[in-house]
Amino acid sequence: MKPTDISAPDYFHKVVDCQWACPAHTPVPEYIRLIAEGRYSDAYMINWKSNVFPGILGRTCDRPCEPACRRGRVEENPVAICRLKRVAADFKDDVKHRMPKPSAKNGKRVALVGGGPASLTVARDLAPLGYHCTVFDADPKAGGMMRSQIPKFRLPDTVIDEETDYILGLGVEFKGGHRIDSLKKLLNENYDAIFIGSGAPRGRELDIPGRKEAASNIHIGIEWLASVSFGHVEKIGRRVIVLGGGNTAMDCCRTARRLGGQDVKVIVRSGFEEMKASPWEKEDALHEDIPILNYMVPVAFKHVGGKLIGVTFQKVKAEYDANGRRNLVPSGEPDQTIPCDDVLVAVGQENAFPWIERDCGIEFDKWNMPQVDTKTFVSTNPKVFFGGDAAFGPKNIIWAVAHGHDAALSIHKMISGEDITERPLPEVQVFSQKMGIHEWSYDNDISGDKRYKVPHRDKVIALKDIKAEVELGYDVKLALGEAQRCLNCDVQTVFSAPACIECDACVDICPMDCITFTENGEEEDLRQRLKAPSPRPDQALYVAEGLKTGRVMVKDEDVCLHCGLCAERCPTGAWDMQKYLIDMTYAGSTCQSKARSAA
Amino acid sequence: MTYIAKPKFHHPGLPKNELGYTHRDYEGKISTLCAGCGHDSITASIIEACYELSIEPHRVAKISGIGCSSKTPDYFLGNSHGFNSVHGRMPSVLTGANLANRDLIYLGVSGDGDSASIGFGQFAHSIRRGVNMTYIVENNGVYGLTKGQFSATADRGSKSKKGVMNTDNAIDLVAIALQLGASYVARSFSGDKTQLVPLIAAAIRHKGAAFIDVVSPCIAFNNHAGSTKSFDYVREHNDAVNRLDVLTGRDPITVDYAPGTVQMVEQHDGTRLALRKIDADYDANDRLAAMTFLQKHAAKGQVVTGLLYVDPDAEDLHAHLDTVETPLNSLEAKDLCPGSVALEKINASLR
Repeated sequence: MKPTDISAPDYFHKVVDCQWACPAHTPVPEYIRLIAEGRYSDAYMINWKSNVFPGILGRTCDRPCEPACRRGRVEENPVAICRLKRVAADFKDDVKHRMPKPSAKNGKRVALVGGGPASLTVARDLAPLGYHCTVFDADPKAGGMMRSQIPKFRLPDTVIDEETDYILGLGVEFKGGHRIDSLKKLLNENYDAIFIGSGAPRGRELDIPGRKEAASNIHIGIEWLASVSFGHVEKIGRRVIVLGGGNTAMDCCRTARRLGGQDVKVIVRSGFEEMKASPWEKEDALHEDIPILNYMVPVAFKHVGGKLIGVTFQKVKAEYDANGRRNLVPSGEPDQTIPCDDVLVAVGQENAFPWIERDCGIEFDKWNMPQVDTKTFVSTNPKVFFGGDAAFGPKNIIWAVAHGHDAALSIHKMISGEDITERPLPEVQVFSQKMGIHEWSYDNDISGDKRYKVPHRDKVIALKDIKAEVELGYDVKLALGEAQRCLNCDVQTVFSAPACIECDACVDICPMDCITFTENGEEEDLRQRLKAPSPRPDQALYVAEGLKTGRVMVKDEDVCLHCGLCAERCPTGAWDMQKYLIDMTYAGSTCQSKARSAA
Repeated sequence: MTYIAKPKFHHPGLPKNELGYTHRDYEGKISTLCAGCGHDSITASIIEACYELSIEPHRVAKISGIGCSSKTPDYFLGNSHGFNSVHGRMPSVLTGANLANRDLIYLGVSGDGDSASIGFGQFAHSIRRGVNMTYIVENNGVYGLTKGQFSATADRGSKSKKGVMNTDNAIDLVAIALQLGASYVARSFSGDKTQLVPLIAAAIRHKGAAFIDVVSPCIAFNNHAGSTKSFDYVREHNDAVNRLDVLTGRDPITVDYAPGTVQMVEQHDGTRLALRKIDADYDANDRLAAMTFLQKHAAKGQVVTGLLYVDPDAEDLHAHLDTVETPLNSLEAKDLCPGSVALEKINASLR
């Protein structure tokens, strides 16, 4: 293998699995250390810079970071990264004075369609640079789906208000209750750029017999959630069936439990394990006495005289074909009709752009989605950009934020007359953490604690009040315990071959058998000869040459605890623990012209 | 030294031995020796050898004297018996323990000061008597604990860290062990675990006095130019005569040996030693030739390593003394005190 180029910005970035997995690349270990130190405001600001909505995401994020967390490969559970983010938001001091100051306007105007996370991120990045940003939303307040679709018992309004206000406070103009119904009209208003972050606002229909006849008791999930959110709907029947297995279905069933639904069931086509909902959201639903029935396909709504009386299901089973693809085939059991008073349909979301005229320079593909560049987020109209669910269909808040940052960079470059396809490199710092012979500026003593549970409000009380937040969040003590579980993967093991005397001290002390000194070879061969097995080829091997014996040092990054014992036991300082900090490129970053190179 | 405990987590894919233990289960406390000390590599090699042999830790007694080397039993086999004895007195404590309970595996760990100076006589007599043990000397040529004075194994003409030349002749413990009748003699280097681990494993399985001299560089006081016990010097002058594979039980021989290059040696307990010859003329069964070979190469400044001599049919002290098979702690009172009739008989035989 060729020696590893650790100066490539992506190499160490990948080692910080959580940060690499986060669409916005939030420096997770950095803020977790600050939480452990009790520096909640600092931890909050690091999050705010990177993911814009720490308080909201700390309650609702889909947490792509957690399945990636190295701790999950070392013991049963990853670090509760998401809920630690909430800790930073909960315990911070007033941070208003730390927000960017509204700067002098540069005379450029940007229109943002939709007041959700994508548009607000664009506004957050552009407003401090002097752009006049105008956000349009049909709803009276900013927040988009975060406000309309996420139940208040998961995300209180106060949190949304606080974090949207930070952005609007940067001098962003918000036009609430103002639905954009013609892009052409907006284009004619001569904005320098238009960003479309209008989400995926349409709930998918379930067109089976009885849908029309029993319509008054069949509700589309996201629309019903929005109605609940704005107080238009206050109750539901005693027996409720929720169709669908995603997170919206989980929000629907739990909301129904709070509006009078006593017998609420979730019924899904697929198996329980394959449901799209996050495991913790399924857990929360089950905890509220909501059974989840699987392998049942709805075939008809039963009704008598225009009144819904139940839903009929065909029973299916999973069969796998030669390619391992799953098919749902009838199991042969008789159909089952389950009686109910109301049905909530949560079988997916779709984009809808009836307000974009097809002759204003924006090409649509065969699925009726706009053609959007995956890096620059520009459409076929060079002044119109898309982001969030509006760009590539329904995803999560954190993706919308990531899109927003990238789109803001494109808009800034486009208006500055630069080539938007040239994306500047992120800024990377790597610096030693050595404080003394056996002292490091991070806590390298690995905690053996298991993942701490987040305290929940008593179920009886929680089910009575739709606005009572169920999760209470970690207290300071629990947060400290959980923070200590972080392995500090951003503190990298950096090896210098010329200093090495090949005494094997690092090999002997490494608790995870990560380090091997051996003859060089091809990667596949080398992976066979490591001191401990290497089951994950996606985890890099760090190879260094230039040793006196002609061998190479090979370190499997996979399960390194970043405990620094290799560096503590090294007599010559050939190993050092160095913190890697990457500053993602945002609109207005100084270094404009370098091309990004991959590791 | 390191102040934090070694984390309990281990690699999720670590292989387990016949007892279901990983090599981590054979560790002791975290080392308090200087960072990079060769002794820590010997510790790791002992751990690896015991793991590979699937030894039950509670069947091992590790006994040492005084010195950096003699601290190391604290760092391996945390669940074994241990006795940290008086300076240079490890061999007699070990001999006594062995006589009282022959069922344990005896690991004597010593250093060049402990065995070649203050305990030189003790070393000689335990070897001479053929005590069934694995006697490991962690040999760095200096007194590390007292800041690096030459020890008795420092080569004549080698230089101290401050540049002072050693004018005394060196004691070669391997040569002495051969002369005194050790039935398993090896030398190795802490920086070469592929050689050292099987040498320790075979020594543990050897019945009789097994002696291993391990050159182990002292990072703090004896790893400079002019030293003959430094990493660089040993790597440059290492003359390995053979490579050893230890085959336990009925394992088939999976390695393909070219004909004529391998010598198979079967020990008492059925352990087979496959000796891959590197030096074609070297015969590990010839004590006299081994002594000559060592002297010749030492004169050229070379460090001869490998399994230097083995007598697979050796007997140990218990055989010489015709002692009882059962460990003393398992004998019943009637066996220990056979009564006045038996005493009368003995007395009568002596009249």
